[in-house]
Amino acid sequence: MIPRPKVALFVTCMVDVMYPRVGLAAVVFPEGQTCCGQPAFNAGHRKEATKLAANFLAVFGPLVESGEVDAVVAPSGSCTATVRHSFRVLMEEGATQQLRDWARLVGDHTHELSEYLVDVLGVEATGAEASCTLTYHACCHLLRDLRVDRQPRTLLENLRGSDLIDLEEAEECCGFGGAFAVWNAEISTEMGLRKARHLDATGAEIVAVGDVGCMTHINGILVRRGHRCRAVHIAELLIDDPEGGS
Amino acid sequence: MKIDIDAPYHTRVNQALADADLRTALDRATAQLAKRRLTALAAVDAELMRDEGRSVRERAILRLPNLLEELEGNLTSNGCTVHWARDAAEATNTVVEIAQRSGVECTVKSKSMLTEEIGLNHALEDAGIEVVETDLGEYIIQLDDEPPSHLVAPVIHKRAEDVSRVFERELGMEPTLDVAVMCGIARQELRRRFLGAQMGISGCNFAVAESGTICLITNEGNGRMVTSLPPVYVVVVGIEKVVEKVEDAVLLWQAATRNATGQEVSVYFSLTSGPHPPGHADGPQEMHVVLVDNGRSGVLQRRYADALLCIRCGACLNVCPVYREIGGHAYGRTAYSGPIGSILTPLLSEARGGQAPTCPSQARYAVRVMTPAR
Repeated sequence: MIPRPKVALFVTCMVDVMYPRVGLAAVVFPEGQTCCGQPAFNAGHRKEATKLAANFLAVFGPLVESGEVDAVVAPSGSCTATVRHSFRVLMEEGATQQLRDWARLVGDHTHELSEYLVDVLGVEATGAEASCTLTYHACCHLLRDLRVDRQPRTLLENLRGSDLIDLEEAEECCGFGGAFAVWNAEISTEMGLRKARHLDATGAEIVAVGDVGCMTHINGILVRRGHRCRAVHIAELLIDDPEGGS
Repeated sequence: MKIDIDAPYHTRVNQALADADLRTALDRATAQLAKRRLTALAAVDAELMRDEGRSVRERAILRLPNLLEELEGNLTSNGCTVHWARDAAEATNTVVEIAQRSGVECTVKSKSMLTEEIGLNHALEDAGIEVVETDLGEYIIQLDDEPPSHLVAPVIHKRAEDVSRVFERELGMEPTLDVAVMCGIARQELRRRFLGAQMGISGCNFAVAESGTICLITNEGNGRMVTSLPPVYVVVVGIEKVVEKVEDAVLLWQAATRNATGQEVSVYFSLTSGPHPPGHADGPQEMHVVLVDNGRSGVLQRRYADALLCIRCGACLNVCPVYREIGGHAYGRTAYSGPIGSILTPLLSEARGGQAPTCPSQARYAVRVMTPAR
C-alpha cells in the first residue's frame, strides 16, 4: 500500500479571506502562515516582500525539512509561482544560509493543486461528477510561470459526465493581474468583457479557473453584465459535494 | 479620432478604449501578425533560435565598450566618420550640423525608432531642413502628423479606410480602398523624393563590430534607396545594437523577421560598410555613423542589461492583451510602446535623470514568453 502523503496547505490570502471553501476542499494547516509577498514583489517593494517570504519560509521550511510534510500545496498558480520562483530571487542577497536553503527546498516542494494531483500523486480522476457544462480558462501564472495546463484540463475532462468545451483564447489574460485591475481598471474591464464574450460563445455554465483572483475578476464582469456563466475554482469542482457540507 | 499623446495617462487610455475604429484596426492586425509568427516559428527550432539569439546579445552587451571601439575602428577604416552622442541633444545637433555643412535641404529617412526617441525629425525641421519618411507606414503617419504606434508596424492603428482619407486629403487621391492603388500613389510620390534628396538617414538593426557594417532590415526597398542614393548618408545607432560578427547579425536577422512579421527573412537586408570606394558608381560619397547612448549606459550601470538585449521585433506587442486594447499612442510620448516599452521607457527616462512615466504594467509575461533573445 502506498503510504498516505502528508500535505501542508498554503491557503493563500484571497482564499483565506474571500473563498475559504476552496481551501477546505483541499489538510495539515500550518498556523502562523501569511501572505507569500507576491503583491509586494510584483509592485517592486522588494524589502517588504522579502520580510513576508522569510516568515513563510520560517513556517513551512521546518515542516518540509523534517519530513513532517511531503509537499506544500496551494490552490493558486500565482502564489505557487511566487514561492517556487521568486523566493530564490528574494533570498539571493542578504539572507541567511538557512533561509536560502529553505527557499530552495520549499520552492521544490510547493505545488499548485492540480499539478500536485496529476504530476506528483498520479491522480487523473477524482471521481467527482460534473454537474453542469464546463469550460476552462488558463490563468496567467499557472500557464506561463508554472507551465501547468494539461493537469487541470485532465482532471476536468475526467469528471464523471464531463464534456469540457474549448474556450476561444483560453490562454489570454482575463484582465485581473493583481494591482493592474486597480490602477488600470478601464483596460482590465475591457479585457474581462472580451473574456465574457468568449465564454458566452461556449454556452458553458461554469468556467473552471486555477486562481481565485482571476475568478473574482471574471465573476465581477459576468454578474454585473448579466451573463449566465460563472467562474469556479477547480478545487471546488474536483470534490463531489461542492457546497462543502459544514 | 486621434489620441492626445501628451494628455495624462488615464485620459489617453480612455480615448483609445472609446475609439471603435482603432480597436478594430488593432484586433485585425495584431491577431494576423501573431498568427504569422507562430507559423514561421513552427518551421524552425524556435527554442534553439532563442537560446542562440540570447547568447549573441549577451556576448555583445558584456563586451560593449570593447566592441564599440572595434566598431568605431573598422567603420573609420572603411571611410566612415564616427560621432559619439551622449544624449538626444548631442545626437540631433550632430546630424543637423552634418546636414548644414553639406547644404542639405531635403532628407529621406528609413524607419528608425531611435530617431523617434531623440526627436530627430523635429530638430531637422527646426533647422529648416525637410524630412521625408519613406517607409510606407511612416510616410502615412507623417502625412497625418502622428508618431508611430508600434515598433515595426508604425501605422497599425489605422485601417485601410483611415489611410484612404489621409491620402485623399494630403495627396488629392480619388477615394478608394484598393491598397495597391494607394501603394502606387505613395511609391510615385516617394520616388520623386528619393531623387531630390541630398541626405539619407537610417537607423540600424545590428552594427557588426568585426567588419564595421551597418545592417538594416526592410521590406519595401526604401532602406536601400536611403542608404545608397543620396550623396550623404547618416546612420544613427543605439550603442546596444552592436554585435561581434556577421554571423551574429544574420542569426538575429532571422529571429527578428520570423518574430516580427512571420517572414523567414525580410525582403531586404541592407549591409552598408562605408561610402562608395573610388571607381564604384553606387553608394553615398559620405557616410556618418552617430553612436547614441541617451540613457543606455545608465540602464547598464543600474544592472538592467536584460532590457538592452531586445532586438525590437515587436512580437510582444502583438500578443499583449493590453496593447491589443489600447494601441501604442496610449503609452504616451515615447518611441517604445507595448510590453517592452513599459520596461524601456521608464528605464531610459530615469537613466537620463527624468521621471518614469506611467505605463500599463502587465508587461512582463508577454516579454518573458515572447522575446526572441529570451
